[in-house]
Parts: sequence; C-alpha cells; structure tokens
Amino acid sequence: MAKLRVGVVSPEREIWSGEADMVIAKTVDGEIGIMPSHAPVLGVLVEGGVLRVKRDSQSDLVAAVHGGFISVADNDVSILAEAAELGSEVDVAKAKDALERAQASIEANQDDADARVEAQRNRARLRAAGEDV
Amino acid sequence: MGAQLRLLRRRIKSVKSTAKITRAQELIASSRIVKAQLRMQAAVPYEREITRAVSAVVSNTSTVSHPLTVAKEQPRRAGVLIVTSDSGFCGGFNANILREAEALAGLLRGKGIEPTPFVTGRKGVTWHTFRHREMGGQWTGFSRRPAYTDAKAIADTLIDAFTAEDGIDEIHIVSTEFVSMLTQEVVVKRILPLVVEETTEPPPVPLPYFEFEPTASAVLDSLLPRYIESRIFTALLQSAASEEAARRRAMKSATDNANELIRVFTMQMNQARQAEITQEISEIVGGANALADAAAGKE
Repeated sequence: MAKLRVGVVSPEREIWSGEADMVIAKTVDGEIGIMPSHAPVLGVLVEGGVLRVKRDSQSDLVAAVHGGFISVADNDVSILAEAAELGSEVDVAKAKDALERAQASIEANQDDADARVEAQRNRARLRAAGEDV
Repeated sequence: MGAQLRLLRRRIKSVKSTAKITRAQELIASSRIVKAQLRMQAAVPYEREITRAVSAVVSNTSTVSHPLTVAKEQPRRAGVLIVTSDSGFCGGFNANILREAEALAGLLRGKGIEPTPFVTGRKGVTWHTFRHREMGGQWTGFSRRPAYTDAKAIADTLIDAFTAEDGIDEIHIVSTEFVSMLTQEVVVKRILPLVVEETTEPPPVPLPYFEFEPTASAVLDSLLPRYIESRIFTALLQSAASEEAARRRAMKSATDNANELIRVFTMQMNQARQAEITQEISEIVGGANALADAAAGKE
C-alpha cells in the first residue's frame, strides 16, 4: 500500500518529517483520520490538539499541535502548526505546573481567555507526552 | 622625549585598542550570520507549505472574495512597514532602507496615496521620532533575533489597521533581503491586498480540487493572516541575517583602516625618533667642538 509523506512544520523549524500509514488530527469540525489516497483536504486545526502519526514498524508519533492547518494532497500531508512539540520533547513537570497555574487563574477569573488557551495547550502537551489529564 | 613623539605613541595606542574592538565585533558578526542563516533556512518549509496552501485555496475558490484579497478601487492611505536594525555599527544598512522607504513614500504620494510608516528596529524609530513623523506602530528589541511572536504582533497591528473602517488600503514592506554573504538588497513588496507569491517552481499539474474543513471561507479567514505573519517573519529573519552581514563588512573595513593608520603612525613615530636622535648627536658634537675650539684658543 502506498505510504503518506508527512511533514510537521512550525514557523521556526521543521519538527518532523517522514513516512506514515495514517495521520489523525483534530480540526475544528472534529477528528480527521487521513489514510493513503485520501481526497485533497485543507482543514483548520484546533488550539491545543493532539496529532497522532501511525507507522507500522515503529510506535506512534504523538505531538501537541496548537492552531494551524492540515493540508492533504496526493499522499502528501503537511501539518502547518503555529506551535508544535513532539510528545517526547515535552517537559512533563513544567507542563503540569503551567496547567495548574492556568487553572488557578481561570478559577479566580472566569473570563480569563488567555488562561483558558494556556490550560488547553498544556493539557494537549501532557496528553502528547502520554500523561492522563 | 619630544612632544611629537609622545603624541604619536598615544595615538597609536588608542587606534590599536579601537582595532581590537572592531576586530572582535567583526568576529562576533561572522558567527551570528551563520546562526541567522540557519534560522532563515529553518523557516523555509513552513513558508513553502503555507504558500502552497494559500495558492490551493485561491485557485479553488475564485468566487470567494475576502477583505484581505480585494483591492480598493481608489486607495487613499497606505501602510509602509520599514524593517531596520536595533543597533548601529552596520555601515549603510539602515540608511539604505530609510532612503528606499522615502522613495516609496514619494511614489505613493504621487499617486495620491498618503503613506503611514510602521517601523521595527530602534534605528528606524529614532529616525522617525527625530523628524517628528507620526508612526502607525513601532516595535523594537528583536532585530537580531526575531521570534515568530514578534512577527505575529506586527501582523496583528497591520491587519487591524487594514480591516478598520477608516484604515489603510494597502500595506507595503521595505526590508533587506539576504542574497548571499556579500550581497544584500533592499526590496519593496506589497503584501496587502494579497498577491500570492508563486513558489519558484510552478506545480507541473494543476492543483487538485480541495475539500475544506469546515468551509472554504473559514479556512481562508484563518489562513490569510497566518500567511501574512509568515511573510513578515521571513522579512524579519532575512533582515536579521543581512544586518549581521552588513555589520561584519563595516567592522572589517574599520579594522583594515585602523591597521593602515597604525602603519602610518608607526612610520611617522620612527621618523620623529630618528630626527630626535640625530639632533641630540649633532648637539653633542657641536658642544664638544665648541669646547675644543675654546681650549685651542687659550693656548
């Protein structure tokens, strides 16, 4: 079966690129799973989503992806993230700490939109690192 | 020791210490160019992909008109983003940009469009405040190492000004493009209303028909600002690399000049010292002769 060529890029660097069998991302409409020979799609990704790239021989590649787009054309999948981080690169202790602080400021002020985004991002980072939140 | 000799020694010492400083600056700039170039290259994949995505949407949805892509019939005001450096010691780098920006302002005024400058970099901001020119926005402190958030802040201000009721109708960007270590060029580009810049290699087959999640106009809504941010980010990165290259060149010629000065002063100093010695000898000889003559006269 044909493989997908996947590239995960953020404005500041290329985060990962390689071949894969399936890509699962979260768009504003919901989860989308891309397999080889998928029709061309251009989707908007949610803030604080988790991207999963399935490869047959190796374990899944998981990354926290904050905002951006997924574009699929001709078995080329590109994830254009505003910010992204591989699960293996996440500093779990720091992310937990940041999540707690964000939650504390949400409790103090229900309309704190920045803190909500911050909490969402850190939850995604922790999920990408394989933690339960 | 003669007064002239002392003066020359002092000047040589001061020029030598200047040369040491400029030489160090030159070395620092050379190592920074490499880093800036790496950052520039790291940003290329994202820009390429986002340009492709924008081309895909625009070619698929020729019917969708978006405020960011539609040109006004009679533009009256334009925003000009001027990218300069924070620190000096980089030769004509900032002067070239500001001159180009002035030329663009003249051109726009000729067409009946009033330009508003948006300035990044302390040098450009100082230049404008000194002349009491009003700026639409100013950003400083990151010219050597721009982060994506800086580009985002600039893009947000520009897009807000663009979409505002009585805002600007066009946005131009004046920045320095890094062509190579030796060549950097000041370029003027119009970024809004959007002209999608084609990638260097046009796709061999027409772009396929895309599906959009959730809808084409929603995708366009969030894609276009990202595209503009990415364009500004690229301009900032290019400008950072160019700044270091210009600084390296300026510092190299300063070091060369200092070494030349040291050579000339050393020669002058040696001449002065030799003249002093010669004079001393002739004074001694003259004195001895006079003494000998006086002794001969007594006999």
